[in-house]
Amino acid sequence: MTSTRAMSNNPQLNKNGQLQHLLTTEGLPASILLNILDTAEPFVGVTERDVKKVPLLRGKSIFNLFFEPSTRTRTTFEIAAKRLSADVINLNIAVSSQSKGETLLDTVNNLSAMHADMFVVRHAQSGAAHLIAQHVRPEIHVINAGDGRHAHPTQALLDMFTIRRCKRDFHNLRVAIVGDILHSRVARSQIHALTTLGVPEVRVIAPKTLLPAKVERLGVHVYHDMAKGLKDVDVLMMLRLQNERMLSARLPSTEEYFKYYGLTPEKLALAKPDAIVLHPGPMNRGVEIDSVVADGKQSVILPQVTFGIAVRMAVMSILAGS
Amino acid sequence: MQLPEAEDLLAVLTAQIRQGISSDTAVVGIHTGGVWLAERLHRGLQLALPLGALDVSFYRDDFGQIGLHPQIRPSDIPFKVEGSHIILVDDVLYTGRTIRAAINELFDYGRPASIRLAALIDRGGRELPIAAQYIGATLEVPPAKMLALEKKADGKLGLSLYDKHQGNE
Repeated sequence: MTSTRAMSNNPQLNKNGQLQHLLTTEGLPASILLNILDTAEPFVGVTERDVKKVPLLRGKSIFNLFFEPSTRTRTTFEIAAKRLSADVINLNIAVSSQSKGETLLDTVNNLSAMHADMFVVRHAQSGAAHLIAQHVRPEIHVINAGDGRHAHPTQALLDMFTIRRCKRDFHNLRVAIVGDILHSRVARSQIHALTTLGVPEVRVIAPKTLLPAKVERLGVHVYHDMAKGLKDVDVLMMLRLQNERMLSARLPSTEEYFKYYGLTPEKLALAKPDAIVLHPGPMNRGVEIDSVVADGKQSVILPQVTFGIAVRMAVMSILAGS
Repeated sequence: MQLPEAEDLLAVLTAQIRQGISSDTAVVGIHTGGVWLAERLHRGLQLALPLGALDVSFYRDDFGQIGLHPQIRPSDIPFKVEGSHIILVDDVLYTGRTIRAAINELFDYGRPASIRLAALIDRGGRELPIAAQYIGATLEVPPAKMLALEKKADGKLGLSLYDKHQGNE
């Protein structure tokens, strides 16, 4: 458990130790992560009703600031906000004011002057959401929806929610994260969340060229070989091969990658028989995952999308109420 | 302060409600005390429709002041609300704000034919125009006190009085 002093230095927490911004899963105490997961449970029920809406954030304005293209994440944040009765404004800034030369903080100042209550930020630069959180007035909340290679906390939280729903407890699990760890903000957020929630064994499986230096320091076991890494695993968290982030040729070809690291039924059979398969989407079928696995019985990829809305509703309500 | 026996009041409440039920009557308890009462009423009245439970946290009017309540339980309405006759059950009726929230939530499941309210204790102090059709007892409770239903180890229900910012009296 994090000490009180460390908590007061955490830019995500207010002086009462409540969540003020959600920027990263790193450094958040287990109690805060579990509170988000617990709060998401009743929201799953809300999203299954005829009227999929509660009046909690009525009158609040939530700005989706997407400086980087994204359809799925932006849409799930938009649905989550609307199901909380908030007003949502989507700004695709990659094609608007930034191209006219406005700075990030000028954009935020302008939107704050329009009485924004919350910003959901996606940016190609690591630290963009932190910068905005440090800059805004204390009554404004910031959610990081993915910054560079750094963090994607709501994705990690919906993954934790999905794992807990399927496996009930974190304390006896062996979890493997497979693929492009180097470029993946999802993997970093997953590793911090898994270790904080008490998963005793987190493995990363990737070729050497797709692993960050000294990744072991995050408390993970490193494997380069699927046959060894997947043995007796309870949860497989696949990552998307990030073609658009590959600055240099780190792989001979996607076919070669699929041969060694693509999740086929044969490789999945090495894990425990009741192992579940997660993927943050969008999937590259035939690159990191075989269609037979993606659409198979052990896949929980579509439930992840459904739970993602409930988890984002929980995060927004907790922030707005702090 | 002498508190009445919750089990006696429950018997009074059950007898009152028995007069007004039909095959399409459903009971819905409000977490947590109301759900314990609704379970007992549901069993005692042998109702055909399954028991419902509401956690009104997403409908409360104090979210702007105090934020989200911790430990929210999922609401569960396992029958068709449209056209049903609902008896809403809570342990202590006070300001009426919880009941307002519960009625709003029920309407997000459908349009009930009717909603009636049953409370074990009416302690007065209403801040909204809300009244209960079935009441176990009325009780004068000072504003600084909190009256709450508890479930004992043997499963029996009991009432306790608290100071609002302290522990059990």
